[in-house]
Amino acid sequence: MSAKPETLIDELKRGLDAPICLTWELTYACNLACVHCLSSSGRRDPHELSTDQAKAVIDELLALQVFYVNIGGGEPMIRRDFFELVEYATTNGIGVKFSTNGTYIGPEEAARLTALDYLDIQISLDGVDAATNDRVRGEGSYLIAIRAMDNLRAAGFGPFKISVVVTRDNVDQLDAFKALADSYGAQLRITRLRPSGRGADSWHELHPTAEQQRQIYRWLLAHGEDVLTGDSFFHLNGLGEPLPGLGMCGAGRVVCLIDPLGDVYACPFVIHDEFKAGSVLDGGGFTEVWRESALFRSLREPGSAGACVSCGSYDACQGGCMAAKFFTGLPLDGPDPECVTGHGDAALSGLVGAAPRPMADHSKPSTVVFLARKPAPAR
Amino acid sequence: MTVALAGAYEIAGQVAIRPEPFGALAYHYGNRRLVFLRRPELVALLRNLGAHDSLAGALEATGIDPSRWPSFVKALASLEESEIVRVRQA
Repeated sequence: MSAKPETLIDELKRGLDAPICLTWELTYACNLACVHCLSSSGRRDPHELSTDQAKAVIDELLALQVFYVNIGGGEPMIRRDFFELVEYATTNGIGVKFSTNGTYIGPEEAARLTALDYLDIQISLDGVDAATNDRVRGEGSYLIAIRAMDNLRAAGFGPFKISVVVTRDNVDQLDAFKALADSYGAQLRITRLRPSGRGADSWHELHPTAEQQRQIYRWLLAHGEDVLTGDSFFHLNGLGEPLPGLGMCGAGRVVCLIDPLGDVYACPFVIHDEFKAGSVLDGGGFTEVWRESALFRSLREPGSAGACVSCGSYDACQGGCMAAKFFTGLPLDGPDPECVTGHGDAALSGLVGAAPRPMADHSKPSTVVFLARKPAPAR
Repeated sequence: MTVALAGAYEIAGQVAIRPEPFGALAYHYGNRRLVFLRRPELVALLRNLGAHDSLAGALEATGIDPSRWPSFVKALASLEESEIVRVRQA
């Protein structure tokens, strides 16, 4: 009796004792209002975790031997205790990688960040020129990011990361992004645009076309070893040779999200009650949510291929991204909206009724967040 | 660099090992490398490394039959390459 040996992926799908990769949005406050913000950030929520509560979460992650956390927001550096929390984590042995728009990285902050061990910085940038970037991230945000990168370089921080959300507008700039990162001695990270948060409203206009998906795939095959992706593009694996990475959805199995209030979601792209597993403030803390919550347990059950069962590419793409399906109104056991065999387009055009809306909007009421008109092509 | 039965090794300083149902995860805080250790015996061997003067001694203490030592030497060589394991300086 020889059963087929279990693959690593089989084991990971059943979940780990603690997440490998945990995202923690520290605040919903943000000075920018990007049209694709996953968490619809803007205003601070008055109920966000206090410094003590946040430190208690770090203590728990330490006990669980979570090796590192990805801190984001909102703009995490807006929190007055940002450095206190980061220093508390890194000096106790939890590495921190944080995402920032760069506004608060002046020369002094750059020096302070450089002095910390086990710290990675990701500067968000969605265009290699101001016109492309600012259309998505808001006027002036390109210069803000470049200034932060200059300050980090001047402080001798070393290889920080430039993090790009790939859209219809910037997909032709991948080589230029790589060159920009190289010029700073930085590492390029590209991720997939998701219809989550404010992205629910901009995705249809901004997400790469079918031909552009193939372009991304080819580019990643050629550059995959030097470019980080957060395992974002496994839905493209149906195109042929698999891209580097685990090639599976890690939600509730190896990844999860803690939001600014301490609520725990399956991944950073599904801030919605349907994917809320519990709160770090519940009696059993984060540990019990991770190990016992009904939602996470169900995500670790063997999944069904659903409508994709007869598709020869299912083993490669695994049906794609749960969040992308959910917020475009597609069934979770059907094709990804950007399915490379075209099943997503067909499913989207056959949709009856509205897609679920993101639940909490933290956008500032004074700001109308919209996608600016496309700039006229340079002459 | 190759790993030898007579050599003394240890888990590198910046490495943390976390038990998991399938074995363990090893993480190197310096190079940010994450390694999946899928054989519980290999995890036990790693934990024994530091207490023995040679890899052979650690293998014996872990209760691994000598006929299977070559596969563990190979696994250890790969971990040495990832800087999870290092040569122990006397």
